[in-house]
Amino acid sequence: MQDIQKISAGSKHLLSGNEAIALGAYHAGMKVATAYPGTPSTEILENIARFEGVYAEWSTNEKVALEIAMGASYTGVRCLCSMKHVGLNVAADSLLSASITGVNGGLVVVSADDPGMHSSQNEQDNRHYARLAKIPVIEPYDSQSAYDFMFLAFDISEKYDTPVLLRTTTRISHSKSLVCIKGLSEVGARRASFTPNPEKYVMLPAFARKRHEVIENRILELREYAQNTPLNQVLKGTGSMGIIANGIAFQYAKEVFPDAAVLRLGMTYPLSEQLVREFADSVEKLIAIEELDPFIEEMVRGMGIEVSGKDFIPITGELSPEIVASSAKKAGLLEDVESEEPACRAELPLRPPSLCPGCPHRGLFYALGKTPRRIKKVTSAPTKPTAGGLVITGDIGCYTLGAYKPLNGLDTCACMGASIGHALGMEKAGVTDKLVAVIGDSTFMHSGLTALANAVYNQSQITIVILDNMTTAMTGHQGHPATGISAGGKKTQAVNLENAVRGIGVDEVVVLDAFDIKALREAVARATESDKLSVIIVRGECAPLRARSFACRVVDTSVCTRCNTCFKLACPAIQYKDGNVYIDPELCAGDNCGLCDQVCPVGAIGVFDEAVKE
Amino acid sequence: MQNISVLITGIGGQGIILASDVLADAAMRTGWDVKKTDSIGMAQRGGSVISHVRMGDVVSSPLIPTGGADVLFGMEKLEAARHCHFLKPGGQAVINSYGAPPLTVATGAKKYPEDEAILSVVRERAGKVFFIDGLKKVSKLGNTRALNVFLLGALSVLLPLTEQVWQEALEAKLPSKIIQINLQAFSLGREEVKNAGIR
Repeated sequence: MQDIQKISAGSKHLLSGNEAIALGAYHAGMKVATAYPGTPSTEILENIARFEGVYAEWSTNEKVALEIAMGASYTGVRCLCSMKHVGLNVAADSLLSASITGVNGGLVVVSADDPGMHSSQNEQDNRHYARLAKIPVIEPYDSQSAYDFMFLAFDISEKYDTPVLLRTTTRISHSKSLVCIKGLSEVGARRASFTPNPEKYVMLPAFARKRHEVIENRILELREYAQNTPLNQVLKGTGSMGIIANGIAFQYAKEVFPDAAVLRLGMTYPLSEQLVREFADSVEKLIAIEELDPFIEEMVRGMGIEVSGKDFIPITGELSPEIVASSAKKAGLLEDVESEEPACRAELPLRPPSLCPGCPHRGLFYALGKTPRRIKKVTSAPTKPTAGGLVITGDIGCYTLGAYKPLNGLDTCACMGASIGHALGMEKAGVTDKLVAVIGDSTFMHSGLTALANAVYNQSQITIVILDNMTTAMTGHQGHPATGISAGGKKTQAVNLENAVRGIGVDEVVVLDAFDIKALREAVARATESDKLSVIIVRGECAPLRARSFACRVVDTSVCTRCNTCFKLACPAIQYKDGNVYIDPELCAGDNCGLCDQVCPVGAIGVFDEAVKE
Repeated sequence: MQNISVLITGIGGQGIILASDVLADAAMRTGWDVKKTDSIGMAQRGGSVISHVRMGDVVSSPLIPTGGADVLFGMEKLEAARHCHFLKPGGQAVINSYGAPPLTVATGAKKYPEDEAILSVVRERAGKVFFIDGLKKVSKLGNTRALNVFLLGALSVLLPLTEQVWQEALEAKLPSKIIQINLQAFSLGREEVKNAGIR
């Protein structure tokens, strides 16, 4: 990662949207930054954590992160809180509360949405939160605007006493484009100081009623601001068509309709009716090009202005220049351009994602799959209802990949922490299956603790497996409270998972080595036949973080019976080559893993002398 | 000038993001507008990775449309074939002959396509294909980690960027202790395409 804090004013650099947001916030005088990792937002805080003179932390979850940013804002300093789109659901209570109290120092909440679901469970359009919370939403359209808009976002936040939602998407956050750097503003010199003001900061009903009137007036003032803000720009065109566009969709609109007039909205809520009406009057046909929901389009139509958009542009998935072009062609807005027939690629084998070689999650899924209850459940589903099986509720993280064949290790996955609630719900509804909830260490800290307390309090008999790989792996290895490593990479106090679980009231707690198949199978057998609430902590460090082991496993083909048991591990290193089982030494994790030699029923896999490299 | 679009494909761990960063940096040093975007998705080790790099006077979309790439740069041959629809009809392809079997192939459920099958898919789009055994060539240097830079050297012959900006970009993006071996790898890659037979 390049050290972007050292970039000097007046220079030009190739930055990602997330780097530009981080640097823009820093140059605008941000003093406190909080986040929970989530694709595509993670690199914002990762960059800020390297800046000197800024407090940055990975918070336990997005709600906690936003409340910390609110508290810091109340003291007069500028704060940034970043998260992925679904993180804002977790922090929604805090966001709507921040709206009603308002701020003191500027407070910018970054929501990085994921149209196309590159790495998410849904593709919700978080601009709706701006309307719900009655706060402005700002949307950059490249890295330069992401950088520039941060200054304006903080200014707007302070001038109008409101949190500002800055919404990016994967394609903005993860694309790089050129940025001219302005340099550090003077705002950073402010010192934190809190002045009590109960009518603003204590939201008792009597005070909140008055604040509601304040925020209704605030949105009217912002609507006026929207008319002349530099965030919104009219780009003149030559044709009869006018396009309203925001974010990355603006770039696609420019590429497909280079000559059209464009109203580029950098602030999509609130909208200025006068601005939109003047633009609409200047063109013959008005269309709105935006990703996901018809957010702008419906507001424009609500003004009584004729506009089209989602009648031909898809509401689902990520847009691209070709999707905009082909949609426009179907709607008769574009001449019939040369059609681009894709080459014949249908027969090529797919490359689905899989758990890494040496992954500490693999053994647990294998052990669960070997229990008679699980075999019964998997082999009988979905033909008839079964009793006495094993249902595994899952959660958000790399281990969600355990749902794929041949592991078949997850039956549900919805949102952070839901594995425990799902298992409790099925139990309380009365299924006769044993219920196991599988949750990662970071996800457990994020939103498993309160669900575990619920399980204790409401006398549950489920088993909760905490897959402890000692990091937040999916998003690229960030710290969390149980790791004891801060966002800046410093050692800090770690939350002890075993003690936390016991402290909440679970008596049956075991901690196991993630690569000990025998111990895993015994513990799973014990837990699934017990009627006591239990927690199994499966501990093993995330494979890409470990030093390489060269004690690669080798198959003795004279002993191997090709029973395919080792393939049940779904390890990318275990392959068929020339009709024999073969372990790719470039991929094998060696002594860091060793699962395959434990599961081989005939002892055909081992570390053989000639295979041990120096 | 006409904009130039390069699509880089391969798998996680091959240094694709670094390669596209170096290319974008070289374009910036030439004085062009440049945008790049990476599609990583739920990339575990070994997952499919794509990077789009576009450069010219003014670049709007960072994403290259189907049929919009001047050059397809494939660091793994199956992934190159999978994404060849991005190439303009008659465009050029630089493809590393390395093949990494995906899990569907490893378990015996599917077969990894033969080189000729891969090349015939690519040739449906490509005018010229440079099919290079990069791993073998770069191992001469005693370090296969410079494979991505060797392949960048091969790619560089097809792009109107000077050797000077390439060198500056490499120096800016790589740690100083490994710069020498990478500059050698880059030159070796250039020679490879300059002298190469086209397949």
